[in-house]
Amino acid sequence: MDFTYDDEQGALREAVRGLVARTYGEYENRRRTVASDPGYDERLWGQLAEMGLLGLPFGEDDGGSGATWVEAAIVLQELGRVLAPEPYLTAVVQAGGLVADVGTAEQRAELLGGLSSGERLLSFAHASRRWSPSASGVTASQDGDTWTLQGRIDAVPQGANADVLIVSAETPAGTGLFVVPGDAVERSGHATYDGGRSARVVLGGVAATPLGDAGADQTSAIAAALDRTIVLGANEALGIIEQQLVDTTAYLKSRKQFGVTLNNFQALTFRAADMYTSVELTHSLVAWATMVAASVAAGERDSEQLSDAAARVAVQLGTAGRHVGQEAIQLHGGIAMTAEYRVGAGTSRLTYLEHLAGDRGHHLNELAAVVADHGALDPLAASVLGSAPVTAEVGS
Amino acid sequence: MQLQLTEEMQAFREEMRTFFTTQVPQEIRDVVLQGRELSRDQIVQSMQILNAAGLAVPHWPSEWGGRDWTDLQRHLWNEEMQAAGVPAPLMFNAGMIGPVIAHFGTPEQKQEFLPKTANCDIWWSQGFSEPDAGSDLAALRTTAVRDGDDWIVNGQKTWTTLGQYGDWIFTLVRTNPDVKKQAGISMLLIDMRTEGLEVRPIELIDGGHEVNEVWFTDVRVPGANLVGEVDGGWTIAKFLLGNERVGVAPVGATKQALARAKRICADLIAEDPLLRARIVELENELLALELTALRVVAHSAGGEPHPASSVLKLKGTELQQAVTELVVDLAGPAAFALGDDEASDEAWFRRSVPTYLNFRKASIYGGSNEIQRQIISRGILGL
Repeated sequence: MDFTYDDEQGALREAVRGLVARTYGEYENRRRTVASDPGYDERLWGQLAEMGLLGLPFGEDDGGSGATWVEAAIVLQELGRVLAPEPYLTAVVQAGGLVADVGTAEQRAELLGGLSSGERLLSFAHASRRWSPSASGVTASQDGDTWTLQGRIDAVPQGANADVLIVSAETPAGTGLFVVPGDAVERSGHATYDGGRSARVVLGGVAATPLGDAGADQTSAIAAALDRTIVLGANEALGIIEQQLVDTTAYLKSRKQFGVTLNNFQALTFRAADMYTSVELTHSLVAWATMVAASVAAGERDSEQLSDAAARVAVQLGTAGRHVGQEAIQLHGGIAMTAEYRVGAGTSRLTYLEHLAGDRGHHLNELAAVVADHGALDPLAASVLGSAPVTAEVGS
Repeated sequence: MQLQLTEEMQAFREEMRTFFTTQVPQEIRDVVLQGRELSRDQIVQSMQILNAAGLAVPHWPSEWGGRDWTDLQRHLWNEEMQAAGVPAPLMFNAGMIGPVIAHFGTPEQKQEFLPKTANCDIWWSQGFSEPDAGSDLAALRTTAVRDGDDWIVNGQKTWTTLGQYGDWIFTLVRTNPDVKKQAGISMLLIDMRTEGLEVRPIELIDGGHEVNEVWFTDVRVPGANLVGEVDGGWTIAKFLLGNERVGVAPVGATKQALARAKRICADLIAEDPLLRARIVELENELLALELTALRVVAHSAGGEPHPASSVLKLKGTELQQAVTELVVDLAGPAAFALGDDEASDEAWFRRSVPTYLNFRKASIYGGSNEIQRQIISRGILGL
């Protein structure tokens, strides 16, 4: 077991860190960027494409870079550190991941090629009951070879700007996935609380192309995409809470009250120590879950392990993200309440990430339902759930 | 990044598991797994079995029985040992005074003490804390005054764990009252049968007798029993306390206890969604802790300890305590019943409250969790 990055991964991290720092090193630039549509810097998006970062997890045959989710995770950590509003998680990880898993070779080449080159922005338009992978609210009807979609999706990430929507819809087989050009639907965009963009999309009988096998039920592919969104989103969140701790520590050392810097007050420094503990434990679990995601993608482990790892990360991040995000504001005091200071924006983004693909309570419920099915967890076994419950006292 | 252990390390883990589960007597391991009290003889017997196989002191210098293992190997050794219910090699011997003598001792001291220490032929006690020197250890007041070649020791130590079994006690004493408090401390090795040394039991909130006071009245100690330099004891104490970066968090034992609670209370847990959620949270936090321990050991090959190692004690003891609390709540009124020394699941249950009370110590000893927070805030965050 090895948690360290190799030289190439280390170089990738430095390159991404340098690139995003040039755009968002000054927090004011991030504020300015999210103030007007499309809510991110298209020039930076183009640079990410030039560096091959938008195609990182996709095969070279599909126009991608042929790396793994570990490399995508490195990018997301660095985006999180500067609160970059670029829609990497929703376009590359979520929508792109679905196309990679489900699309035909032709669709993969076209859509992932376009995504990787920065020419096409993808977004996953999924209406469902509270993070269910099954579609509800959009129905697909078939007439001969033609499919049409009817329904409404309330919050499609970058929905007003996306070139291509990957839409989930109820079909006779369960849930299908469809490709719809962004400009073929009725859509109204708005800003989200974290500075991002979202849109209500209304599908009034729009013609759609099935993604992959037309008649197949894609529920499990959607579930996997949601799980990966949690795990990769947790990497972005890790970048955010690491930076919040750095900012908080620096502030405690510089801000003076009662004639001394705040780090003279143990009531504050001990709380910073607890933040550190939360950050490090989260770091470990997120790194592990990312390796599980990469391992599942490589076919070394089954998809149930991804789902378990995603649930565990969601539970951890629900606690640690709120702990660090709230304490970062409290230990700063009033300054962190202002929009011109980045700490509070981090907490806002953490909240969005928590609710994007399934939150703590949702996944706690899922894990609780099966908690009796395994003995002690073992991260060094072929599955963390590997050991069966002990049924009898050893030797007695 | 690599999710799997290498084949070599998997084989190593398997070797450890096989040894611990087949070579250490079941009746000893059951005592540990059932949370009963080990006898002196059981602890000695277990450590001697480990020592005969080269598994008691793997982290010592190789000429004294060490194995030159990586931190990962030591981690696996330690976790498998806990999972199998094998009593850990006596901490005072294997983890504390052994490495100190190997590092600071004279050739004669090494020859005299190290083999017996590794084999538990000598049972060591720790003479550090005093009534007025707890977290502020350097405030200790037990004195040692020169008398010819010998030292005359007077004062009182406290919280001496299992001191009732002790043969020898490594003791921090004040040898110079006129300098900065850290600069006037020395370490002496003291035979506990020496006249003037008295061990008095302290009864604890769990009803047990685990710790003691040790009183010194004109105890004569040969000069040859000084470890290192006169007034150099603080360096040794820091070495001893900072020596450990593997096995700081009791992950294996805590996982074991949690899995056991799940098994014994399966019916109750099946009926109660709140209990299930609580168990998931504990399992998840233990997983994050174990992964952090793995991150630390994999990183620290030969170099400085990974900074994250500082969270291991803090979080490890919190989770250890949280699991004892869970078991108390699972047991509920069943813990009122008598017969708590039996070897059965029910009896494990009935011991839950004494165990819970006993483990309140975990966030106090070994550098209290407040000291750990101070280490993090000052040492790592620079606050």
